[in-house]
Amino acid sequence: MYGNDFSAPEDAPGGGLLGEVAAAEAALRAAATRQRGGGPGPDADLEAYFADVIDADQKIEPRDWMPEAYRKTLIRQIAQHAHSEIIGMQPEGNWISRAPSLKRKAILLAKVQDEAGHGLYLYAAAETLGVSRDELVQLLLDGRQKYSSIFNYPTLSWADVGVIGWLVDGAAIVNQVPLCRCSYGPYARAMIRVCKEESFHQRQGYEILHTLAHGTLEQKAMAQDAVDRWWYPSLAMFGPPDGDSTHSARSMAWKIKRFSNDELRQRFVDMCVQQAEILGLTLPDPDLRWNEQCQAYDFTEPDYAELMRVISGEGPCNRQRMEHRRRAHAEGAWVRVAAAAYAAKRSTAREAVAA
Amino acid sequence: MSGTDSTSPLWEVFVRARRGLAHTHVGSLHAPDAELALRNARDLYTRRQEGVSIWVVPAAAITASSPDEKDAFFDPAADKVYRHPTFYDVPDGVAHL
Repeated sequence: MYGNDFSAPEDAPGGGLLGEVAAAEAALRAAATRQRGGGPGPDADLEAYFADVIDADQKIEPRDWMPEAYRKTLIRQIAQHAHSEIIGMQPEGNWISRAPSLKRKAILLAKVQDEAGHGLYLYAAAETLGVSRDELVQLLLDGRQKYSSIFNYPTLSWADVGVIGWLVDGAAIVNQVPLCRCSYGPYARAMIRVCKEESFHQRQGYEILHTLAHGTLEQKAMAQDAVDRWWYPSLAMFGPPDGDSTHSARSMAWKIKRFSNDELRQRFVDMCVQQAEILGLTLPDPDLRWNEQCQAYDFTEPDYAELMRVISGEGPCNRQRMEHRRRAHAEGAWVRVAAAAYAAKRSTAREAVAA
Repeated sequence: MSGTDSTSPLWEVFVRARRGLAHTHVGSLHAPDAELALRNARDLYTRRQEGVSIWVVPAAAITASSPDEKDAFFDPAADKVYRHPTFYDVPDGVAHL
């Protein structure tokens, strides 16, 4: 398992994505008990010690020395990831009040609550790097830090909730499973928790689509329409092509990132084709076909100019998402103040009793 | 571990997964007081029956040995191999030892 992030399904306990997460968790434990090759001690040469820990596939922990750029890269990446979880609650939250049954409503509520939880795990991981959650939230509200471009697309029908689970969460998992092996301990541990929960999200989405695709003609058409709208934005979630990706090479060397954008995108396409066949839905790409030589599917790349426009604020819902987040934050201010006042009053009362 | 949040200090969360196991650190969260920290910990870290008991500890109240001091701090243990049973030669044929 060690040194091979994507183990063959038959090797993985439980198989599939959950198996890969379990394998990453086992590798984390194994690396922790492995002796390093007698490299420098933590007092000898900080930089060499850092490199030695990374080479041995062990984890860097919060109080370890780390290059300033490593710290900055992680803060940027983890914060952006946390913001995405929080903003990502909106497109699905849009359907909680209109879910087609009580069961679907309860499931969707639980899923959106999970997204909030993922945001909190990630903010906590970022805080171990010496930045406060308040600062990060403010950077999001000021538009100085980004979130995933995918959440700037609207959820027009109930089928979109299914497609978000299947394609959007599916793409997120393909991106995130390798992060379970990231070199920074708190991030890797948070990602293991997140990935375990995401696999429920992906399955619930797939089930929604399967039900619709095997329902009435109108329901099937609704499912197909949602797949047509979300397919290319989902492919764009893996970021620009490798040649244009600005942070990749150094993040790979530091083992923050394990696979390139294009490798992950290819892996996602290869996974989805068979899943779409079982749904009886069509992926909207006439050039999608098996390439015997590459042992992978040829596919049409997403429109990266559109990706750049959405990232820079010109997507269909950017303004709406940010307005909503700013309003929710402002309208929640009294709750934070009241809770702090109550805590202060109680601690004063305790001091009075003690005196 | 910078608990600089203006109104909500940072708490470290420990969960006992099942009876018979020790509480294990699972992560951290912000809360204005201990009671809310416990409630937040339940909602954040035990949504899927991950635990039967939770401890929350103000992060500021934890005193930690820093990995930077690793060598000096843990040195006293390094030269006492005789504390491990494997240090001793057991003559052939001795049972129950």
